[in-house]
Amino acid sequence: MNAPSTPALAAHGLRARLGGVPVLHGIDLALAPGGWTSIVGPNGAGKSTLLRVLAGLLPHDGQVLLQGRRLAQWPARARARTLAWLAQGGVADAAADDLSSYDVAMLGRLPHQRWLAAPSAADRAAVEEALRRTQAWDWRARPLGQLSGGERQRVLLARALAVQAEVLLMDEPLANLDPPHQADCLAMARELAAAGHTVVTVLHELHAALSADRVLVMAAGRVVHHGASGDAATHRALEDVFEGRVRVHAVDGQWVALPH
Amino acid sequence: MHAARAHWLALWLLLAAAGLLLLGAAIGSTGVERLWQMQADPTAWQIVWDIRVPRTLGAWLAGALLGLAGAVAQGLFRNPLADPYLLGSASGASLAVALALTAFGVSPGATHWVVRLGMTGAAFTGAVLAVLLTLTLARGVQQTLRLLLAGVIVGVVLGALKDLITIASADVLQAITAFMLGSTGLVGWSAGAVMAATLAVCLLAAWMLAPVLDSLALGEATAASLGLPLPAMRAALVAVLALATGAAVAQTGLIAFVGLAAPHLVRSILKTTHARLVPLSALMGGLLLMAADLLARWLIAPQELPVGVLTAVLGGSYLLWLMHRRGRGRVA
Repeated sequence: MNAPSTPALAAHGLRARLGGVPVLHGIDLALAPGGWTSIVGPNGAGKSTLLRVLAGLLPHDGQVLLQGRRLAQWPARARARTLAWLAQGGVADAAADDLSSYDVAMLGRLPHQRWLAAPSAADRAAVEEALRRTQAWDWRARPLGQLSGGERQRVLLARALAVQAEVLLMDEPLANLDPPHQADCLAMARELAAAGHTVVTVLHELHAALSADRVLVMAAGRVVHHGASGDAATHRALEDVFEGRVRVHAVDGQWVALPH
Repeated sequence: MHAARAHWLALWLLLAAAGLLLLGAAIGSTGVERLWQMQADPTAWQIVWDIRVPRTLGAWLAGALLGLAGAVAQGLFRNPLADPYLLGSASGASLAVALALTAFGVSPGATHWVVRLGMTGAAFTGAVLAVLLTLTLARGVQQTLRLLLAGVIVGVVLGALKDLITIASADVLQAITAFMLGSTGLVGWSAGAVMAATLAVCLLAAWMLAPVLDSLALGEATAASLGLPLPAMRAALVAVLALATGAAVAQTGLIAFVGLAAPHLVRSILKTTHARLVPLSALMGGLLLMAADLLARWLIAPQELPVGVLTAVLGGSYLLWLMHRRGRGRVA
């Protein structure tokens, strides 16, 4: 496939606007294949916008390179097989209430399927694996409208996993999840990264963000710091970006951020 | 599991429609007649074969077109209140019919079929032009909210123009009121054939585009992230919507509520993907309008009720009951 030196996902001079207001002011980044990066920063830092731009879902200036190739040069379906994106707070949307959990997860296989072709054995296997992974398999026949917020989030997560993309972008995957399922979700991100996938998560929970391999700290539409999650410099950057109102400590071999 | 229930529902809806078709052939201005006795009398049989059967079938076809259009509209706009007339087709059709009535005149001198053909053509053209106007105002199909707003504006403005024209003449006013209430009384074999062909095309197209409607339910960005060519597919869905609605409106006028109610009725029985919801909504819409047509002919025979009034009353009260039941079921 790609030489290890080619970043799985890279951006050069990214600028984007939302409703005419500039939100990203020239972002540069390069993410090596097979790693888990968390994007953190205060509200309005442009984290979700960055994720959407990286997924090719928002018009922007500058370049996004997916496996060394400009996003616009990818055929749409091939791009969708290579890069999957999980929307932020997809829980509120009532339009999907009538779809069963299984049908929703199967939508993740659209980029793999020939148009109108019945799901193949590989599609079914991928969907089952994804639903089992998020512990949503038991209620696969239930419509989304009958699920709680956390259960819905696990189905939507399974939809993104079912794509089996090499690059997985997830916007607040922990939203609405209870603590055990949050831990499962983080473990899953780590497993995916270990298996060679490139995982990017936008996370508000700083302890969760610090369990990633690397942390990208954003503020006011710019990348303030990009470093390993164990680095003291990363911790200082985090503390600065939240104006000294949190402090990073080591507890039980994990990094936690406590109010200060 | 879903598939089996969907097939049963489809079978049931088809059988019910077949049963109603027989009943429809037998119901006349003097009440229910015995079909086997009528077969002996050529005149009576001609009434059955050339008037009752085509209008009953026509009611089913128009209802099916509206049910299909309703399911497509609700999926496309991700709004359970969306109905087939949302993009202005209803007001476009009525304005065009009002113009045609004023131009041809409603005088008895005008040959019947010329007027009929003129009205049908005018209604279809008006419906399609109104949708195009809505699309122009919304600058394409990409922004759902803009499209909805443009549809409302086109509806109001064209409706006002229609009022302006019709208020000038009492005859036109009466004729347009009949059109706005909707009627299945004048559907013949040729009109039925046109609707059947349109229904076949629209069903096939909507079924092919069903995965788009499913993924749009997860949000537009998610659908785009799945690599779907959304602009082209949305344009195709709007075309299906306009074509199905235009064909139904042209033949039967503005039938209320069938397009809104049919998909909801299907959903209340079965939660499924759009590949099944769209055809089932068509079957349900057909059954609804066929039943309404029978009632319209039978309730105050030998007089006839405007079928649109019945669909509004029946569809409306059923939806209300459904809402009430659902409201009690969901205490949270």
